[in-house]
Amino acid sequence: MSLGWSHKHRIAEAKGGKKGMGEFLQYTVIGLTVGSFYALVALGYTIVYGIIRLINFAQGDLSMVGAFLGWTLLVSFGLDRLPLYLALIIAFVVPMLGTAVVNLGILQFAYKPLLKRSLLAILITALGMSLLLQNTAELIWGPRIEAYPPNLLPSTGFFMGPVHVTYVQIALAFVSLLLMGAMVLFIQGTTVGTAMRALAVDHDAARLMGINVDGVIRLAFVLGAMLAAASGVMLGLYYVQIQFTLGFLLGLRAFTAAVIGGIGNIPGAMAGGMLIGLLESYTTGYLSGKWKDVIVFGVLITVLIVKPTGLFGERVAERM
Amino acid sequence: MALLEINDLHVFYGNIEALKGISLAAEPGQIVAILGGNGAGKTTTLRTISGLLRPRTGSITYRGKSLIGIQAHLIVGLGLSHVPEGRRIFSILTVEENLNLGGYLIRSDRKLVGERKASIYTLFPRLAERRTQLAGTLSGGEQQMLAIGRALMSGPKVLMLDEPSLGLSPILARSVLKTVREIANRGTAVLLVEQNARQALAIADRAYVIEVGRVVLEGEAAILAGDERVQKAYLGGFEAVGAG
Repeated sequence: MSLGWSHKHRIAEAKGGKKGMGEFLQYTVIGLTVGSFYALVALGYTIVYGIIRLINFAQGDLSMVGAFLGWTLLVSFGLDRLPLYLALIIAFVVPMLGTAVVNLGILQFAYKPLLKRSLLAILITALGMSLLLQNTAELIWGPRIEAYPPNLLPSTGFFMGPVHVTYVQIALAFVSLLLMGAMVLFIQGTTVGTAMRALAVDHDAARLMGINVDGVIRLAFVLGAMLAAASGVMLGLYYVQIQFTLGFLLGLRAFTAAVIGGIGNIPGAMAGGMLIGLLESYTTGYLSGKWKDVIVFGVLITVLIVKPTGLFGERVAERM
Repeated sequence: MALLEINDLHVFYGNIEALKGISLAAEPGQIVAILGGNGAGKTTTLRTISGLLRPRTGSITYRGKSLIGIQAHLIVGLGLSHVPEGRRIFSILTVEENLNLGGYLIRSDRKLVGERKASIYTLFPRLAERRTQLAGTLSGGEQQMLAIGRALMSGPKVLMLDEPSLGLSPILARSVLKTVREIANRGTAVLLVEQNARQALAIADRAYVIEVGRVVLEGEAAILAGDERVQKAYLGGFEAVGAG
């Protein structure tokens, strides 16, 4: 997988002889950047799970679709000839919309007929959808590793004490935080967002409030896909290299993040994403890139055994 | 023609016929009690009216229009609000958020939402005190108030209440039912499903007694309260026990 190499490379680059605190902070900056991508995908997992109790395993692959749509626009449609800010807006917005349509299609044709059946059936279908997206992407874009335009974004940065921070890192983390903030405002602050949270409790009661439950489920799929696509484009911009398989491990790591945060818990998913990013960055830096998935999934298993509701997953008990 | 009229309603769960031809009617300002034992079909009747279940045959007419085939979330918008059995409040949301969802269909009219909330807080001052509290932490009586208040947010012409006194202390049950009477006096038609037949008949205008999916008795509440069969089956011993 391309991500591993590139990531390690960046850390090696960052090391540059710094030791101790500086090194630690450097890994922290990288961890938070990557963590914010995971957080976006994890948020998608958690929003969909909150509403229909489904782990949409295609979530990571939606990221990959977003990454390739963005790549196609930037490379084949010559967006790089536009002013940079305009090119970037298009390279984010169009893949986000396109991926939302893909996810709506998955919901309509694969999940909806199964919604009233067993959860296991729909879970296995979700795994199938993940494979379907990978194979379709391989058919469309081919099995090769593709590269985002390398000189699109400046590779420069600045030193904050001993820590080197690139403008790209800041910009990407900023966009992630912006998207997450918008999502939290929407879910916590609007009546439609409140309805999304209500669906976590009771679909029939929600219908009796006049809430179009199917509509809210569709909205959750749209939002989940848009977050995934945005993270995909960001991965492309950050790591440069993309491949049709990139969604698989990304999805698993983001899933781990969502579980750590307590699946269904929105702030938890974001914190979980950051945590996974940090964990991965420290492991790569202090041990070796080969260990990072061992550690990440070790944490997943530990959380599932010790605290299956996640670190922030406490729910208020219902009193009858 | 009555505000709400139900004619010969047949509802099935798979092959089991739960309603075997229910007919009833409700007028504005009236409380219509639906009495009967467990499994008689009271809840099924309400769930069918509010669109959560589809009848196989029969008609439901509201203001002269058929409700059959209309989805539950649209029926609320027509003016029929249903407080389901077991209250079903959104436990992880605050009291205020629960009420906001009750006003989901009028959400773009913030002023109206605010007015309705204010009137519900006047009706149930306890809810006002607890507006920022999570609904799951309320007592049983408060949860019932919230469930009724939430249903009133949509400004219903027909309010359907399924066992509002269930699990409440006798004093609290009486106070909830008294509030139901007040709501009806403002012009709302109330369909009241109750196991507590005595208290229901005391506040109702009309009543229907349902047994195994059929209406076996109907009439004015005061007359039914004196009916020998009703007394024997529902007003008898210490606890009202149904025949269904």
